[in-house]
Amino acid sequence: MTALLEVSDLVVDFPTSSDGVFHAVDRVSFTVSAGERVGIVGESGSGKSLTSQALMRLVPSPGTVSQGTVLFEGEDVMSFSPKKLQTWRGSQTAMVFQDPMSSLNPLMRIGRQITESLQVHLGLSKAESRTRAIELLQKVGIPDAESRLSDFPGAFSGGMRQRVCIAIATACSPKLLIADEPTTALDVTVQAQVLDLLDNMASELNTGVILISHDLGVISSFCDRILVMYAGRIVEQGTAEQIVGDPQHPYTKALLASILKLGEPIPRRLRSISGAPPTAGHRPAGCSFAARCASVIDTCLTIDPALVPAENTRSTNTTAMSATTTFAGTPEQLVACGVAAPAAFAISEGATAA
Amino acid sequence: MSEAIPAAAIVDPAELGDKPVRAREVWRSLTRDPAALISIIVLVLLALIALAAPLLSPHDPLQTFPDQGLGPQGQPLPPGTPGFLLGTDALGRDLLSRLIYGAQVSLIIGIVANGLATAFGVLVGVVAGYFGGVVEAVLMRITDVVISFPILLLCTALIAVTTRSTFNVIIVIALIYWTTLARIIRGMVVSLKEREFVVASRTLGLSHRAIMWRHILPHLVPAIIVYTTLGVASSILIESALSFLGIGVPIPQASWGQMISDGSTYFQIAPWMLFIPGICLIVTVMAFNLVGDWLSDMLNSSTPTAR
Repeated sequence: MTALLEVSDLVVDFPTSSDGVFHAVDRVSFTVSAGERVGIVGESGSGKSLTSQALMRLVPSPGTVSQGTVLFEGEDVMSFSPKKLQTWRGSQTAMVFQDPMSSLNPLMRIGRQITESLQVHLGLSKAESRTRAIELLQKVGIPDAESRLSDFPGAFSGGMRQRVCIAIATACSPKLLIADEPTTALDVTVQAQVLDLLDNMASELNTGVILISHDLGVISSFCDRILVMYAGRIVEQGTAEQIVGDPQHPYTKALLASILKLGEPIPRRLRSISGAPPTAGHRPAGCSFAARCASVIDTCLTIDPALVPAENTRSTNTTAMSATTTFAGTPEQLVACGVAAPAAFAISEGATAA
Repeated sequence: MSEAIPAAAIVDPAELGDKPVRAREVWRSLTRDPAALISIIVLVLLALIALAAPLLSPHDPLQTFPDQGLGPQGQPLPPGTPGFLLGTDALGRDLLSRLIYGAQVSLIIGIVANGLATAFGVLVGVVAGYFGGVVEAVLMRITDVVISFPILLLCTALIAVTTRSTFNVIIVIALIYWTTLARIIRGMVVSLKEREFVVASRTLGLSHRAIMWRHILPHLVPAIIVYTTLGVASSILIESALSFLGIGVPIPQASWGQMISDGSTYFQIAPWMLFIPGICLIVTVMAFNLVGDWLSDMLNSSTPTAR
């Protein structure tokens, strides 16, 4: 079975002031199958949103996709004509954004915002699209759907607006749904509802979902597979159980270790990862995380395990059941990172988490 | 509503139109600004007078009255003369009738010229701002070139190469006045197109035209209304200036600028010939400006109107 979406070696470049280019997304490869939920996790600036924008060919200027292929059902998205791209967006793929306060047009009645793409992509008439819009609103759990069609977005609460956004995104039954931090701007209680809704809509339509978040909790509960991004590169990918239960890369481990756990005493100082990710244009030669890594060895400064070709990929699972985590690296690094022979991994204690 | 509205927020011009405007709010804000209310009444009256010119004017504005219309030494008659409410001019034409027909000319030129300028300016601004790159560079450099000319000089030059007619005056004013709006609109569109709902509409696969027309243009309406209202005032002034210089509306036709120009010659013996059209011009331009200010206040207000 071919994957729904196949991204290989995707590079997004931004020009730097000193005539150079900065790879904001660097050789990112992953696949999404129909109905699969893939999570991309990483901190601000790690390139996760940019990756999703690149998939939609919506990289903001002056950025460019300089390398790599994106295959959607075997077709190369990067070579789509503008016309084809327009029909593809909205009907085959759709996006849900972070802030439902700003991703709806404040001057357009929400009914019109839902019917807009129905009319463009499915060629429905006004009346048909209206009926469909009411159905959609009911499906996403907006009470009194018919009368609310003529409301402006200002009359909805944040959670309701995100429901409307989901209704708009799923209107044409897309095969791929990209949700870029869909719950970050919402209250925690509403977060769960919105995620449930996304889950239901995706299951019903067998839609592949890419969920982008910096919240490992959200990602791990929602996704089948998780990609961990750091400084524009995927440092580790695996199933949700593997990433959460048996992380390999020191960065993933550090991320997990900074989460407070229920039932454990709260430390006086919260754990955090000291230092900061490399700034744009100042990527070190080797592993981007080396400067902050407690188990760094010399090789790390020259070779980035995230970029070691797949031949060297080690199956790191200890349980025979699960699929392999793809964590590449030279043998020494595997040792250093605690993959081959678990080594003590200490997290330096930095500033108190906010 | 759950969202908190920041007190005294500095409003991004592109967020200007984020709130749908309701009729009740318009009325409320109007009652708080009596100057604007009076201005609107003045403008409505002026428009009615201009529309009903043939019914209201006591005489034909072009007809001269060599006998009743002029004094014993052939001098113009002062206001209050029986039959000539506002007096006559040097050729014995009824001033009131000329004033009424002049209002027609001023309003037509102000509104049509400015309407054309607005349409063109918005088109250029939206296209330049939305597409960016080469399109923007070319369009905005052309705009800069037009802006760099002194307005009156450019008008004079353009009229010099065409024939003198009302139509040409309209075209010339439109050709010059689109630039300011184009710049303002372009700036707003550059900021608007980065807004998430515009990006979202692109992910929905809407065409560029649909995005510009349905998602961007509605946000520009407040700015367009404000600048157009103010622009009508400038257009009327420019027309008067051109007529005053003798290159505006062709001669026997009445226009306020024309009348002021005539009046200035006879200022010492018949000051009303200068003052009456002058006052009309001032009142009209001021009314447009006050309405423009009020509109901009109302549409800009960041604090939501109390319900």
